[in-house]
Amino acid sequence: MKAVSEFSKSKRLIKDFKEREIMGPGHLACQGCGATLNMRYLLKEAGPNTVMVIPACCWTIIDGQFPFNTLGVPVMHTAFETAASAASGVRAALDRQGKEDTNVIAFAGDGGTFDIGLQALSGAAERNENIIYCCYDNEAYMNTGIQRSSATPELAWTTTTPEGHPKQGKKKDIIQILAAHGIPYAATLNAAFPEDFLKKVRTALSMKGTRFLHMISACPPGWKIDSSMSIKAMRMATESKAFPLYEVYDGVKYHITHESKGTPVKDYLKMQGRFRHLTAENVDFIQRRLDYQWEQLLHRGQLEPFNG
Amino acid sequence: MGNHAVSWGVLRSRAQVIAAYPITPQTQIVEELSEMCADGDLDATFIKVESEHSAMACCIGAAQAGARTFTATSAQGLALMHELLHWASGARLPIVMTDVNRAMAPGWSIWADQLDSLAQRDTGWMQMYCESNQEVFDLTVCSYKIAEQLDLPIMVVYDAFLLSHTSEVVDITDQGPIDDFLPPRQAELKLDPGKPYAFGSLVMPEYYYEMRYKLQEAMERAGGVIDSVLEEWAERFGRKYGQVEGYKLDDADIVLVTSGTTTSTTKYMVNQYRERGEKVGILKMRTLRPFPVERVRKELAGRKRVLVIDKNMSPGLGGVWAQELRAATAHIPDVPPIQCYIAGLGGRDIRPETVRDVIEHGKTQESLEKEYHWIQLKN
Ligand SMILES: Cc1ncc(C[n+]2csc(CCOP(=O)(O)OP(=O)(O)O)c2C)c(N)n1
Ligand SMILES: [Mg+2]
Repeated sequence: MKAVSEFSKSKRLIKDFKEREIMGPGHLACQGCGATLNMRYLLKEAGPNTVMVIPACCWTIIDGQFPFNTLGVPVMHTAFETAASAASGVRAALDRQGKEDTNVIAFAGDGGTFDIGLQALSGAAERNENIIYCCYDNEAYMNTGIQRSSATPELAWTTTTPEGHPKQGKKKDIIQILAAHGIPYAATLNAAFPEDFLKKVRTALSMKGTRFLHMISACPPGWKIDSSMSIKAMRMATESKAFPLYEVYDGVKYHITHESKGTPVKDYLKMQGRFRHLTAENVDFIQRRLDYQWEQLLHRGQLEPFNG
Repeated sequence: MGNHAVSWGVLRSRAQVIAAYPITPQTQIVEELSEMCADGDLDATFIKVESEHSAMACCIGAAQAGARTFTATSAQGLALMHELLHWASGARLPIVMTDVNRAMAPGWSIWADQLDSLAQRDTGWMQMYCESNQEVFDLTVCSYKIAEQLDLPIMVVYDAFLLSHTSEVVDITDQGPIDDFLPPRQAELKLDPGKPYAFGSLVMPEYYYEMRYKLQEAMERAGGVIDSVLEEWAERFGRKYGQVEGYKLDDADIVLVTSGTTTSTTKYMVNQYRERGEKVGILKMRTLRPFPVERVRKELAGRKRVLVIDKNMSPGLGGVWAQELRAATAHIPDVPPIQCYIAGLGGRDIRPETVRDVIEHGKTQESLEKEYHWIQLKN
């Protein structure tokens, strides 16, 4: 009985999802751009009563040049490090105009989130600003030509981490950082799992306070994959545990939303030119690191939240 | 004190979104405003940000969504905002900000010096300098009207401690008359869920040039708007201000050019010279941007000496006000060489004797022998 209602519920979800389209065609993204898919899926759920705040990133370009706007909702482009702070200001002004029900969404890249915008994001999260902050993570500064960020995976090639000296150190755990602020909702999203994706957007939309959505975003030129392989690469990212799908409520309650299959990370790495230089030992090291991180996540998922 | 005059000016102007970060000597502005908001005296949202950069970003976001906004800062905080100052003017947002002039570190100095605001000269902000706490209150309110008529941001500037922490009697005009003077902001274009405009998009060379033209065109109108708003203020409330103001200027042979509180000390010295029958006067500068080019040309022509007291120094060239005046009066016949005196950096007192030394030295300067002069420099 339960299974049937779950099934019809998800069918309805998918139907709404397919039909609703806010973002227009004519954007300027590369073929196979994950960031564009993320935005499109996000807006399907968020709907027209939304103001979008976009800092410097690929999306500055993708949205279209003056006087065009591909989004179908008002867009405020803003300086690189100000997505969260500018969104806070927009929120305050709209609230004063009685538009509390308008979604204020910041949509920033990994550079604008993990690196230069982290201070402003931390400030907004600490104040628990009533905004949704989305980070589309293509794991480098793509707009400026594929330079490393602190979201770049360990040992990956970028133009500032050449093959001889690939990226050192692991990818920064941004969800942990946001969870440490105790915000109501933080989650990882993957457009290759659209049902999971839209459920999380819905969950975020149903809440108040700072909600953080971390979206993996395949980037064909940056990852050195064929544009037809974007969805596959993103799916592999999750199935190989490189990008697990989970959510964190109030910074403490972890919930894994998709059991990663445990596909060998080798298969995920192999399909991308940015990992071409890796040795067998490198791959083995990455596998062990991801296995460990997955275990860590499972532990967090089992821990009961603190209950005064 | 001056800082409280600002808070009251912002209260009377009915700012709607305030975002600010503490820095000496601006802090009391923020403290008092947060109290006014908490007590419900001011119906505004106060965003307690984690930096000045975010303070300006919040104001930009809120102003883009149509709100009347305010922030205040000094020195390091203003420098941290620099990128966003360009953004605010380029986006044509009428944000009002107080800058309490403080010297730039290092060495750490919390005292008055104008370089922090003067260094923001080219950011597209209007700037007005104040001599008294009454001016601080009045010009804060006027600034909203000026900024919103032009869709340009504006900075109200005054000296650390000399005004910020000095108590003077200030007439806080009643709310009713101020409401008549300053109606609520009506943003023609704003972030509005029904209207999917994009603000601040990628812009090709095809349009950028014209956008800058429009910004400059607004600045060109700004002089007239400032005059008319200040005139209206004078008519309604009896306190009269100009973009430049003269003190015993009409027949003066020797003109001292001043800004901020330096003017008051200079007035004291001018009075002494006048008692001895010497024709000394003052041209007080209020606006740095838009620069009142025509006025200074008119006021400086036909004088024997023009002596600028610059409480700032642009390393490599000298005082900023003097440079601006030289640029404005170049090739204008009958304007004498503009002598520049660097004084009062980092809060060093500009005393009556300092002004006297400037005047006495200036008398000996027939031509422009030096780009600038140091005054009372210690060995
Ligand atoms: C203060 C500042 N520094 C640098 C830049 C140049 N810049 C523009 S976009 C960008 C990279 C953005 O990277 P990310 O946030 O990951 O977004 P992506 O380009 O990958 O979409 C950089 C470095 C800037 N606009 N502002
Ligand atoms: Mg990126």
